[in-house]
Amino acid sequence: MSMDIFLQNVANSITLGSLYALIAIGYTMVYGIIRLINFAHADLLMVAAYIAFYGILIFTLPWYWAFILAIVLTTLLGVSIEKVAYRPLRNSPRISVLISAIGVSFLLQNVAIVVIGARPKPFPRPEQLVWNIKVGEISFLSLTILIPIITFILLILVMFIVKRTKMGIAMRAVSRDFETSSLMSVDVNKVISTTFVIGSALAGVGGIMWSMQYPQVDPLMGLFPGIKCFIAAVMGGIGSIPGAMIGGFVLGICEIMIVAFLPGLSGYRDAFAFVILILILLFRPGGILGESTVEKV
Amino acid sequence: MDDRKNIKFILNIVLLLIIGIFLWWGQDNLSAFYIRILNLSAIFAILGISMNLVLGFTGMFSLGHSGFMCIGAYVAAILTMSPASKEIIYFMEPIVPVLAKVQWPILPAIIAAGIVAAIFGFLIGIPALRLRDDYLAIATLGFAEIIRIVVTNTISITNGSLGLKNIPSVKSLWVYWGIAIITIIILKKIINSNWGYAFKAIRDNEIAAEAMGVNIFSHKVLSFTIGAFFAGIAGALMAFLITSVDPTMFRFTFTFQILLIVVLGGMGSLTGSVISAVIITILMEVLRVVEQPFDLFGLLQIPGLPGMRMVIFAIGLLLVILFYRQGLMGTREFNWDYLLDKIHSFKKRGASM
Amino acid sequence: MKEAVLTTDHISMEFGGLRAVSDLHMQIYPDEIIGLIGPNGAGKTTVFNMITGVYKPVEGQIYFGNQNITGLNPAKITKMGIARTFQNIRLFNSMTVLENVMISKHLRRKTNIVEAILGLPKYNRERQEHYQACMELLKKVQLDDVSHEMATSLPYGKQRRLEIVRALATEPELLLLDEPAAGMNPNESQELMEFITRIKEEFNLTVLMIEHHMEVIMGICKRIYVLDYGVNIAEGSPREIQSDQKVIEAYLGAVDTDA
Repeated sequence: MSMDIFLQNVANSITLGSLYALIAIGYTMVYGIIRLINFAHADLLMVAAYIAFYGILIFTLPWYWAFILAIVLTTLLGVSIEKVAYRPLRNSPRISVLISAIGVSFLLQNVAIVVIGARPKPFPRPEQLVWNIKVGEISFLSLTILIPIITFILLILVMFIVKRTKMGIAMRAVSRDFETSSLMSVDVNKVISTTFVIGSALAGVGGIMWSMQYPQVDPLMGLFPGIKCFIAAVMGGIGSIPGAMIGGFVLGICEIMIVAFLPGLSGYRDAFAFVILILILLFRPGGILGESTVEKV
Repeated sequence: MDDRKNIKFILNIVLLLIIGIFLWWGQDNLSAFYIRILNLSAIFAILGISMNLVLGFTGMFSLGHSGFMCIGAYVAAILTMSPASKEIIYFMEPIVPVLAKVQWPILPAIIAAGIVAAIFGFLIGIPALRLRDDYLAIATLGFAEIIRIVVTNTISITNGSLGLKNIPSVKSLWVYWGIAIITIIILKKIINSNWGYAFKAIRDNEIAAEAMGVNIFSHKVLSFTIGAFFAGIAGALMAFLITSVDPTMFRFTFTFQILLIVVLGGMGSLTGSVISAVIITILMEVLRVVEQPFDLFGLLQIPGLPGMRMVIFAIGLLLVILFYRQGLMGTREFNWDYLLDKIHSFKKRGASM
Repeated sequence: MKEAVLTTDHISMEFGGLRAVSDLHMQIYPDEIIGLIGPNGAGKTTVFNMITGVYKPVEGQIYFGNQNITGLNPAKITKMGIARTFQNIRLFNSMTVLENVMISKHLRRKTNIVEAILGLPKYNRERQEHYQACMELLKKVQLDDVSHEMATSLPYGKQRRLEIVRALATEPELLLLDEPAAGMNPNESQELMEFITRIKEEFNLTVLMIEHHMEVIMGICKRIYVLDYGVNIAEGSPREIQSDQKVIEAYLGAVDTDA
């Protein structure tokens, strides 16, 4: 493989890895706090993309307003979902809330199909953000630099919140020991809502960046990234934010590099993540950075 | 007590006779449209109760049902398509030679479909069932997707994304409902057997079940494999009903519908799953109305909303799980004892008057 | 000297760096009722979990008779003849009293599922045998009148009895009871003591019992092991234990009947 194609692939994998990392964090935070795989998380990606899409094309907003609106509305949606569909089931058997999550995800996807139509639509990339850069023989999109940088900034922000702020400590306490935290006058509901705020916001940003990188929006666009990002979170150690970051990057890099070196397997590209998942769950369910919990008998 | 047993036995026979008569009448008198709906609901009934075995009775959150259906459908299709059809349909890559001349009759093909699906169920269950609820859900979802992806890519066996057509068509109520009833009887026997108790014990309290000597893993694999077997059979029936299969048929939407059926009917009730399977199948058709343009008294034209059916189903699932988690039947089953007890107490009251 | 029914050969258990049980050496002989006591968190249930295979000890071996059962699958250990009850009642809440007990007969089955589906006479006969055996067990403990009630609808004391009976139905040689008298008043504790003594005689059992109710322990145990912070600090007859200084200190003098 020639150097510039190789570098192109490297660039793509870092970009994809960043996107996966952003979304994986949402999964891992929610799972860490309420032990739920939020199936609806990745559909927020799709919601943000569509809001931005409509903002720019139908309401002719300047791109920055459209993006901000998208992120804000997506965050609100994420928090509302928790309040309406997950909170009432907090004391029910685990299967119930999992079913509810599936229901929400399915609902979001199909509402999108009804309201927007199942046909994919091209996403309007703002010129201010997306342009071509040429370095010697190689040319690549500005996104290749922009996305990792934005991701990096956001990750630092999240780590700061979790490690240094009072809310962050509360979040870690609740994810460690739910019952004791609530006895220690930690407002558990507020903590959970905050977790969803952060996760949903990240999904919102991820959705917008995703549609800039792969400029096509369709109602099911969150489906595969969603599962893969959950797998990334598991790979890094579910419940661990640095783990989700690592998992996201590793998955993104693997996905692109494996197909780059073995083009015959490109049809199986989406299957890689699943195979990795199954291997991890079998041999190292704690993930790379994760911890195992022992059930009290 | 033996009296009661004999009465129940007779009642069951009578019930089967009544169903038989209805099937016989229906086969000749109902329109093709209604027959198709009844056949489809039979398939969903089989899917519902087989998923209920895994999810409702053993407590395993498996989302892999559509994968096993896919396997069953393809096995049945490949085994029953005529060699001539195979030559035409497989035009990208010819079918693997060993399968080219094969043409089996319907019933053996259905059984084969179940067996192959069960084998896959066994192989997948062994790694996957070591996992807890939520992880199991994703892992089985993953496996179902892997199956789909593999089917799409092994073109010389499955014809890839083009799918298979010209599958022999089966329209008889007897086949679909006959198999459905056999499935119901078998599953009822399993649930009422010691193994059924073991499954329920695992669901209720896995640690206690293990302490009472139930080998958790082998029982989970058993339940999962049985579920896969019947999912494969349902897949085969689907192939014969629609006469064509392709990988996109077995997307998650299918699993979702089955999940809805199980939850609506009551996780832990075979009767509930059968009832809700019929209801949901009928609803699916009825709600088609919503997706077509609608003429309101000739004055207004309300445009159709494609995809609205699924929105309604999604809302339905959420409503049930949030407000009425027991579903229609909870964990109760239809049984003669209930009726007989009522009659008995009614008679008693009558005698004392 | 008779061969020990159970030997824990210097077993230890660790959870993420914390030593829950250290170097425990116990020997239990046939027909004995042995007590395992200690303050809360001393590691007593962990010992049970190690014996029954829920946890695998990080050090040491466990022998049942002359068979090494260290780290074996719990279901297998139950099949070999060790049954247990739980500190927090773990009944099967969707099933009736009788069904709860019938589960315990499953491991003694000699038929397979195909025979069950086909309804073969062999299966029906075995099922009938199990049914009779379970009903008899329930009769012995005066639970037969509620055999068709939901297990969780029973009053607390009966639920505890049901747990014990369920364990008995597995036909064990060694019975592990985890705080069987928890939540009972003195009258009930007395009844429990008689109950345990009775079933021991009738079913030829050896019993290992965790308890906080001192009058139960002192009343029926032949020997007692005392655990504190995972370490065995004393062993001996009830009288010896009652006057042992280390034991008294461990409990901070609260060696009297629990509420």
